[in-house]
Amino acid sequence: MNRIRLIWRKSLNVFMLTMTGVAALAVVSVLFLILGYLIVNGGRSLNWAFFTQLPKPVGEVGGGMANAIVGSLKLLLLAALTGLPIGLLAGVYLAEFGGKTFSFITRYTTDLLNGVPSIVIGIFAYSLFVLPVKHFSTLAGGFALGIMVIPITVRSTEEFLRAVPGTLREGAMALGASKWRTIATVVLPAASGGIITGMLLALARVAGETAPLLFTAFSNRYWSPGWTQPIASLPVMIYTYAIAPYDDWHRQAWAAGLVLLALVLLANLGCRFVLNRRGFTRSV
Amino acid sequence: MASTAHGNSAAAARLAPEMKHPDNSAIVHESNGKLRFEISHLNFFYGPKQAVFDLNLNIPKNRVTALIGPSGCGKSTFLRTLNRMNETIRNTRVEGEILLDGQDILQMDVVGLRRRVGMVFQRPNPFPKSIYENVAYGLRINGYKGRLHDLVEHSLRRAALWDEVKDYLHKSAFALSGGQQQRLCIARALAVDPEVLLLDEPCSALDPVTTAKIEELMFHLKDSCTLAIVTHNMQQAARASDFTAFMLDGKLIEHSETSKLFTTPKDPRTEAYITGRFG
Repeated sequence: MNRIRLIWRKSLNVFMLTMTGVAALAVVSVLFLILGYLIVNGGRSLNWAFFTQLPKPVGEVGGGMANAIVGSLKLLLLAALTGLPIGLLAGVYLAEFGGKTFSFITRYTTDLLNGVPSIVIGIFAYSLFVLPVKHFSTLAGGFALGIMVIPITVRSTEEFLRAVPGTLREGAMALGASKWRTIATVVLPAASGGIITGMLLALARVAGETAPLLFTAFSNRYWSPGWTQPIASLPVMIYTYAIAPYDDWHRQAWAAGLVLLALVLLANLGCRFVLNRRGFTRSV
Repeated sequence: MASTAHGNSAAAARLAPEMKHPDNSAIVHESNGKLRFEISHLNFFYGPKQAVFDLNLNIPKNRVTALIGPSGCGKSTFLRTLNRMNETIRNTRVEGEILLDGQDILQMDVVGLRRRVGMVFQRPNPFPKSIYENVAYGLRINGYKGRLHDLVEHSLRRAALWDEVKDYLHKSAFALSGGQQQRLCIARALAVDPEVLLLDEPCSALDPVTTAKIEELMFHLKDSCTLAIVTHNMQQAARASDFTAFMLDGKLIEHSETSKLFTTPKDPRTEAYITGRFG
């Protein structure tokens, strides 16, 4: 009897270990499959012209997506400028100041906002910034992305601030620092590594968003001067090129996907490198 | 916040008549009458739960006062009322009078008070900054405009840490050992030149060698500073303090010169505690 139970227990153990291992492997391999597929298909059409030239007219082979790369960066800059400060401050509020009821409401609302389909956020920005002026604009696209940045930033900021030990706050306050001073000079720096990583993840997440841009920033086959005109972006270009009936456009769509992924990865790695060099954030 | 003296003494009489006035006259006498803190009828509450009951205690200048007692007896809570650190905890309330050099601290600006009354915590809590910036922190937030470097060096010397870190001032404070970190926290507190240094079980996370270093440090700091230390370690109280206060269940049971308290305790409960029969 005991022997049977022992065998049963051991085999269950092996079974569960295998299942979790297989799942973990699946996670890793999905990422590497995507990456490999992008490199194989996109790498071939990636050349200098892709980064420097505008899209060629329909029917002509070649050309690039310089305007879409710059466009994506401009949209992300706007998203960062609108979404990150609000997300950061709201996260600080939740972690450091918030009373019970209002914090609960804010947290719940933030989670809801995070769950709002991106296309709905696009419609919202459309009705707010596009309809009144009757044309698509960079600002409207940046605003839509900015809204999507907020909830992710709020929650990650709050979580990393909560992980800062309370003894650090006490240490600063015992030296006569006010609450705000304590947060600004001790708590935020201690959590900065995590907070910045969270912000980057938020930006990386919206860098690939297509739906909210379709009727806000729209797209543009040329350079977009200033901030009030429609602008091209990598995700929308991928969308447009991938469903077009031209082989050359398909290849360029792959290349755009690869560039988008590379931009996100580079930003992530660069940020980690800087944070590690500073070296003070690791042990918190 | 402070209630009337009448109300307090009535409450005190109700609570425990025999400990209404712990004998402070001896303390005054032994320290030549110079008192840094005069605490009378102190009550402290966490929400509805009272943690300190009608406590009367004087802390003499340039001496080390040790607070001993079993866990949860309110000694840390009491220590933290002296620089109003408990105000950072929600739903707390303090009643009574705490005089620092004759001034009521409950009426003072809390930032000014904490500058004058520094604190070292149970676990070393250096900021995630360089060693130098840790010590300079208090000076910077207080808008100090003089020569920062001299004061940083002076503070590190006072905390007996200078020789060990002088070549690594711009390294992260986390690179230091636990004992060094605790001395760094002492240097950080000393940098703003406080009149009083409160130590909340500063050695409980440290090994005996480092503990000895910190006790020696306390001995030297007495010249320029008044110290109050909470400790679980009775040997430490006996070695390092001039006066000892024994607390039990939020009440002050006995307070006298350390040598007297440990050799001829007046209260049977003090005797029971120091001989290890409970706590």
